[in-house]
Amino acid sequence: MDYVPHTPEDQKQMTEIIGIKTVDELFADIPEKYKLKGLLDLPHGCSEQEVAALMKGISTRNAVPPITLMGAGAYNHYIPAVVGHVISRSEFYTAYTPYQAEISQGILQAIYEYQTMIARLTGMQVANASMYDGASAMAEAAVLAAKTLSREKIVIVRSVHPEYRQVVGTYAWANGYEVVEIPYGKSGQLDRDALSNAVDDRTAAVLVQTPNFFGVVEDIAAIEHMVHAKGALLVSAFTEATSLGILKPAGEMGADFVVGEGQGFGNPMNYGGPYLGIFASTDKFLRKIPGRLAGATVDKDGKRGFVLTLQTREQHIRRERATSNICSNEALCALAAAVYLVSLGKNLRKLAELNIQKAHYLKCKLSELAGWEGVFTAPVYNEFVIHCPDPKMANRKLEAAGIIGAYDLEKDYPELGNSLLFCATEMLTRGDIDRVVSLVA
Amino acid sequence: MELIFEKSRPGRIATSIPEADVPEVAITDIIDKGLLREDVDLPEVAEVDLIRHYTQLSKRNFGVDVGFYPLGSCTMKYNPKINEEVSRLPGFTSLHPYSPVKFSQGSLQIMYELRQYLSEIFGMADFALQPAAGAQGELTGVMVIKKYFEKKGQKRTKILIPDTAHGTNPASSALCGYSVVTVRSNAEGGVDIGQLRELMTKDVAGLMITNPNTLGLFERNIEQVSEIVHGRGGILYCDGANANAFMGATKPGDLGIDVIQLNLHKTFSTPHGCGGPGSGPVGVRKDLVWYLPVPRVIKKGKRYDWKYEFPDSIGRVKVFYGNFNVMVKAYTYIRSLGPGGLKKASETAVLNANYIKERLRAWYDLPYDRICMHECVFSGKRQVKESGVHTSDIAKRLLDYGYHPPTIYFPLIVPEAIMIEPNETESKETLDAFCDTMIAIAKEAKENPELVKSAPLTTVVRRLDEVKAAREPDVCWGRV
Ligand SMILES: Cc1ncc(COP(=O)(O)O)c(C=O)c1O
Repeated sequence: MDYVPHTPEDQKQMTEIIGIKTVDELFADIPEKYKLKGLLDLPHGCSEQEVAALMKGISTRNAVPPITLMGAGAYNHYIPAVVGHVISRSEFYTAYTPYQAEISQGILQAIYEYQTMIARLTGMQVANASMYDGASAMAEAAVLAAKTLSREKIVIVRSVHPEYRQVVGTYAWANGYEVVEIPYGKSGQLDRDALSNAVDDRTAAVLVQTPNFFGVVEDIAAIEHMVHAKGALLVSAFTEATSLGILKPAGEMGADFVVGEGQGFGNPMNYGGPYLGIFASTDKFLRKIPGRLAGATVDKDGKRGFVLTLQTREQHIRRERATSNICSNEALCALAAAVYLVSLGKNLRKLAELNIQKAHYLKCKLSELAGWEGVFTAPVYNEFVIHCPDPKMANRKLEAAGIIGAYDLEKDYPELGNSLLFCATEMLTRGDIDRVVSLVA
Repeated sequence: MELIFEKSRPGRIATSIPEADVPEVAITDIIDKGLLREDVDLPEVAEVDLIRHYTQLSKRNFGVDVGFYPLGSCTMKYNPKINEEVSRLPGFTSLHPYSPVKFSQGSLQIMYELRQYLSEIFGMADFALQPAAGAQGELTGVMVIKKYFEKKGQKRTKILIPDTAHGTNPASSALCGYSVVTVRSNAEGGVDIGQLRELMTKDVAGLMITNPNTLGLFERNIEQVSEIVHGRGGILYCDGANANAFMGATKPGDLGIDVIQLNLHKTFSTPHGCGGPGSGPVGVRKDLVWYLPVPRVIKKGKRYDWKYEFPDSIGRVKVFYGNFNVMVKAYTYIRSLGPGGLKKASETAVLNANYIKERLRAWYDLPYDRICMHECVFSGKRQVKESGVHTSDIAKRLLDYGYHPPTIYFPLIVPEAIMIEPNETESKETLDAFCDTMIAIAKEAKENPELVKSAPLTTVVRRLDEVKAAREPDVCWGRV
């Protein structure tokens, strides 16, 4: 199946007008010896019916697990039906970046509304139209801080998602920046003494995650002065977007940037992507932040309208002096997040509370098992670390029941020994939780 | 149109949340009050209000499904519906990325085979699928180059980029710590070989070309370019955003390309989604495979697995494995078209671009009068001189006729550029109607320039004040 509409007659007329005999002549600029003589070595094409069957077959080689206990950067949340309906409108999903504002008011307004909701949730003055994911948003915040302050040291807490730390490491290596990791303390929150020792006048940014990789809520207000006292910038990150529904916004506690993963807002887990990088900052960085920004203005007749604005930050104008190289972003995922947030409205708090309740119940139930014990004492959102006699055995039992088990921390945190990171969202019923507990017991 | 916030009324809700079925504990017993927020300041609307709001917004948006979208450099081809449908199968959407591989064999198969297909189509040793879009693919590719020289113990600090290049090329190089040196184009729109020879010194990591370039022209001297860059130990990078021009016709790997990034959302029709999500795989020659991002899918017998241990890898550029659901659509597209369909797609894309070029050449200036590939670039210089009508005016006038305009003012070396990429999925009637409209606008520009300058007249808003938007930035409602 191809999607070419030309009839042989069309093709004939067109080649005549161009003044060629065969389409081959149009490839004359390719040196003869590099022209392919035969067809590519690929599976033959097929009809829509065949490809539908083929893909369905492959999809069934994936499980559709009844219970997911894994969080660790991707979260299983209920997605209201309206979200899928809105993003399936092809006026949205078949459009490009809204360069032609007059015929793109739909997405421009939707993104402006999205930016507003993100700014409100993060306690920030500005939010951009999206980044690739939470990890690249964090890395770009670090690079921006380093460039702005002309400093080359990045301080990152060990309780930041391991893969986010790796992404930051990659971007930092490429730019010749030094990355210093500081430990978490016994409570699960970052080690404040280590932080205050690590931050000096070479430090560009401190990268913290809250709730951190262990689900523990950090006290941003308590560390803000340590960072700013040395003139460094504070980047507060999150991987679980729904936590914004109940936790005090980092923007209200002195963060300069709030970055994070917006997948939890109406985007499926999709085996890892596409997700939604959230990037918000104080006013001070408005003219420096990476990515697209939708802005309100007026048309010739004074009517409100929206455009992509402050584009002199961006690569197509500023080229190598741009604040980032980002061009395409995750617009449709941002639209999904906007619809999700409008759909939930004030209920976002109720949803967040429900997540806390479910995780608390799961944690209490697991802690009743012999040899199972919570590791950290600081408050958590919907994830928690628990020590257990045999994490691998526990996960094997869950896997045998078709359940996606918890995150085994051994690989990334050998110092934690036999520990699992569990996540409980609103998707788990009490029955699910009781079943899980009896399976691992 | 009202904002969603302006439609909000206290007490309305669009979604209900289940009641807790577990014993409830006071939240403040779990999390200290000081760490909790006071209020969630989000709009309060009923579900029907929500749906009408976004339906109205969608009607104020233009996509490929609405009409012809010849936006150069963006490959706005038709997006087959079957790709959307299969991508929503629960097996693809509902799996956690850290699921045991036993549960994710289907996903791993798609990624493994997609890499193989791309390697075959582009003549590269292997691909990495992690980058989220073209620009992140570029960044990843440049990181691979950096790693390569680091391993060789060579300090090379510059990257050469032609003056026709897309802005992401220099921006990606800069984000990887390189300084950018611009290479001129020659009279026929290719790389100036003499200058390339001069600039390609021992401190240059390589050349980042786009082929066909952003003028829609194939680099005729590609062999010489490759010789010069490789002769000085450099790496030849290709921005593969224009890959829709040559699938099944030639392979970049055969042309001497060492590293290439693709834009699956362009060439492989995975839709653009108003600017994303995309997917920007990076392909490399054999000895560079070890530097690609981790993890990588491997196959042992019939089972697929993840492998993390590649000590020479640049590391990670993204969390998890890339935009998997976008890959599902690209995979479906390749399986639908097969080798014959891909070849036909490129041939027809090139045919359509040349057809438009022929039909419009009498009406608009053609700065590089050669056979073009999948897009053609005109200049609106004549219109400016004759009647003061600019390319931006022509673009806005096209809106009144129901078209998405071509890309304008890019590439930068063409004054008043009009870059038209028609794609293979458009019929002769569509192309003819568009050309007739472009000709009608050229006539209007002569006879009634004020009309063109005052366009658009029929859109939901008239021309917007971009200066005001930038001088008095209002990017969040209620904050100015
Ligand atoms: C020639 C070229 N290179 C690179 C890019 C960047 O791709 P993306 O937007 O997917 O990051 C584009 C997209 O506009 C392009 O046209």
